[in-house]
Amino acid sequence: MPAPEPGPEKIYSDKLAQGRFEIQKCAACGRHVFYPRVLCPHCGASRLDWVTPSGNGTVYSTTIVRRKPADGGDYNVALIDLEEGVRMMSRVAELAPEQVKIGQRVKSRVAEGLVEFVPA
Amino acid sequence: MRGSVAIVGVGLAGCGEAPGWSETEIAAAAAKNALADAQLTSRDVDGLVVASTNIFMPGLSLAEHLGIHPRFTDSTMVGGSSFVGHLIPAALALQAGLCDVVLVAYGSNQRTGVGRAEAGKYKAALDPQPFEHPYKPFNPPSSYALAAARHMHQYGTTRAQLAEVAVAARKWAQLNPEAFSRDPLTVDEVLGSRMISDPLTVRDCCLVTDGGGAFVLVRADRAKDVAKQPAYLLGAGSAHWHRQISSMPDLTVTAATESGMRAYAMAGLKPSDVDVIELYDAFTINTILFLEDLGFCRKGEGGAFVSGGRIAPGGELPVNTNGGGLSCVHPGMYGIFTIIESVRQLRGECGDRQIKDVRIALAHGNGGVLSSQITALFGTRETL
Repeated sequence: MPAPEPGPEKIYSDKLAQGRFEIQKCAACGRHVFYPRVLCPHCGASRLDWVTPSGNGTVYSTTIVRRKPADGGDYNVALIDLEEGVRMMSRVAELAPEQVKIGQRVKSRVAEGLVEFVPA
Repeated sequence: MRGSVAIVGVGLAGCGEAPGWSETEIAAAAAKNALADAQLTSRDVDGLVVASTNIFMPGLSLAEHLGIHPRFTDSTMVGGSSFVGHLIPAALALQAGLCDVVLVAYGSNQRTGVGRAEAGKYKAALDPQPFEHPYKPFNPPSSYALAAARHMHQYGTTRAQLAEVAVAARKWAQLNPEAFSRDPLTVDEVLGSRMISDPLTVRDCCLVTDGGGAFVLVRADRAKDVAKQPAYLLGAGSAHWHRQISSMPDLTVTAATESGMRAYAMAGLKPSDVDVIELYDAFTINTILFLEDLGFCRKGEGGAFVSGGRIAPGGELPVNTNGGGLSCVHPGMYGIFTIIESVRQLRGECGDRQIKDVRIALAHGNGGVLSSQITALFGTRETL
């Protein structure tokens, strides 16, 4: 008997581990889905296909988590809206945390098995 | 459901610091006080409702501790909104005749017992959030900070307006001998305190205390016999749209828009009917969002609305008259304290912080990260 297919979360993270950032798209309603689901959270249909997003996004909100310099210093946590219409938590790299602004255009990249964003 | 059940007893225990007390013991002590307040005993209780962030089967633990054999038990866990939410199944169980006396209780020793950081490690292992956790948000503050930052961006809300919420809460706490933090606090002090997750400083964040609370709910026919003025449940509504902040559709609009609408509809009331408001203020942005979403001001105007002492003692609209989660008590899930303060205000037993002629009180619970929203409206006998 073949091994059962893993759940969507594992499929997503396996792709990321290979450097591929993919999200789901509903075959029925055509809307994109993130984070990966078992069924479409928009319309309830069950077929979700994996697609590669453009990687273009906009900072929806941002915060600086304050941390002592000895523990690594302050860092950014942001919510990014992808142009496919889904939102994800991430961070904006290559900028000081206080330089990250709501409305900024950003572009995704995969770094060490994690999606992060850089200024577009 | 309107007016069919009433709270006939409330109690607190271990608020502030309760070293040497377990969570179940604190809940039991609060239950003891609530039952005494209702002139009932544990022998009268045949319905038990309890929620905990740490205890696996809190209903079983507390029933065993109290030596009761409940006919009805509920431990629905929707974070800090839980105990407001518990009003709904408890009222249904009473109406259906499944039980006659429901005890709702909560206890936490998060300040002096198992700390948040330690408990957080276990929770992260058992209930991972793989789409947020790798980015290390300092939660819950970072999630609320993201909401505050968006509200500021979209509506021009300022840090000083957020600080007004903390200052108003502190002024109420100064009138409440049971409040944990009663030192004077100014807007400048809030702005100048240590930043936790921008734009929220430590004074924009709730307290971390121990504490517990409990209340006793019975059918309205039985409430007639009690000594103290019953607080009748006039309406209740719940809603949730997300769990993680990254899944919240619009960070400036909470599901309180729906929970409030449902509660007002059941009660046949509108915001202007409410005499006193008890909101779950885990962070200063909460108060602004909930005042907007519950219809006390328009969307985006909450920052201006709370300014100039409007929600502080002596202001036009009394909000969080016990000092709230920001200055009175916050053992992790504050919801039950919104109910207890509502009942006390309705009874007129709040001393220096008592609002005159309270007929209608609104209690609003928040759970998760602006996730679960549950609104309840209570009234005196005249409002039935």
